Amino acid sequence: MTETAKNTDLTKKQALVQYAAQIGDNGLIIGHRMSEWCFKAPSIEMEMALMNSALDLIGQARELYTYAGVAGGEGKTEDDFAYLRDEEDFRNLLLAEMPNGDWGDTIVRLFFMSAYNKLFYTALAKSTDKELAAIGEKSLKEVTYHLRFSSEWLIRLGDGTEESHNRVQKSIDNLWAFTGELFTMNEVENILLDDGISVDVTSLRPAWDKIVSDVLTQATLVKPQNDWAQLGGKSEGRHTEYMGYIIAEMQYMQRRYPGCEW
Amino acid sequence: MTEEKNTTNKEWPLWEVFIRSKAGLDHKHCGSVHASDAEMALESARDVYTRRSEGISIWVVPSNAITASKPEDKESLFEPADNKIYRHPTFYDIPKEVGKM
Repeated sequence: MTETAKNTDLTKKQALVQYAAQIGDNGLIIGHRMSEWCFKAPSIEMEMALMNSALDLIGQARELYTYAGVAGGEGKTEDDFAYLRDEEDFRNLLLAEMPNGDWGDTIVRLFFMSAYNKLFYTALAKSTDKELAAIGEKSLKEVTYHLRFSSEWLIRLGDGTEESHNRVQKSIDNLWAFTGELFTMNEVENILLDDGISVDVTSLRPAWDKIVSDVLTQATLVKPQNDWAQLGGKSEGRHTEYMGYIIAEMQYMQRRYPGCEW
Repeated sequence: MTEEKNTTNKEWPLWEVFIRSKAGLDHKHCGSVHASDAEMALESARDVYTRRSEGISIWVVPSNAITASKPEDKESLFEPADNKIYRHPTFYDIPKEVGKM
């Protein structure tokens, strides 16, 4: 088999299904992570803010999974994607699955992801696939607020007390290794790129760097210099040790009582 | 950042929230939030009070900037008006041509 033939093992239709699903995976997994703050946030105001954002992100996943099901033409629903796939089938960015940690970890993770989401959905809104473009446009308004919320918090933590500054700097240093993956292309993205369906995420990096630098400067925080990146989630479904626990908790009901509804 | 930044107090200051609805002309008081400063108060107000499309504009005001009447002054402040019904414009005959006012 020639190299070209191998690359087209996936039909464009299959690639589109996977593409919609993997964008949805980012929303579902980070949305699930944020929902873990429910009843545990430091104040009622922050609880509402996090849950609003979590619902936005899970809502984005629902639309993308629903579309993946329609595009596949096999009658799959959003629940099939969320509850009946295994860990290695999820192609979310590893950043999305990182643990909540302390408030700083949660804010930094949301900030890195929202800066990316804002640029990504801006580009997706111009996709030649009308459905993806519409989802991109709707999601953009939501993630723009997430970016505002997380930026304001980052500035206050960085430019706050000595303790908040040191702790949030540590969060940035710890999560930095997971930001490189945001700008890597995987197989389905490459297949769909020529038709203008997928977003060239490698092109988003300069704008992302600028957003991050501007906010970190205001926050008196330092951008890490080491750009070594942990990869594997998006390209191969090779996840961190945290992912299995997320899947177990999220899918428990559907696995224990297959087909259950309420 | 604004002057209200306060990181020494353990409790964040309280802010009163006023929301103007789509159809409304005026901002109406709808509750309060705790926040470290005005900008954060605005975001919290958005997250707590506009989840069901209640508004298109938000004001936040530091609660301690509001001077309120005391409940125990109620009798002296408000009751004297109760028996002065002539202050209500209900004793005029309105010509039919004017219609409803």
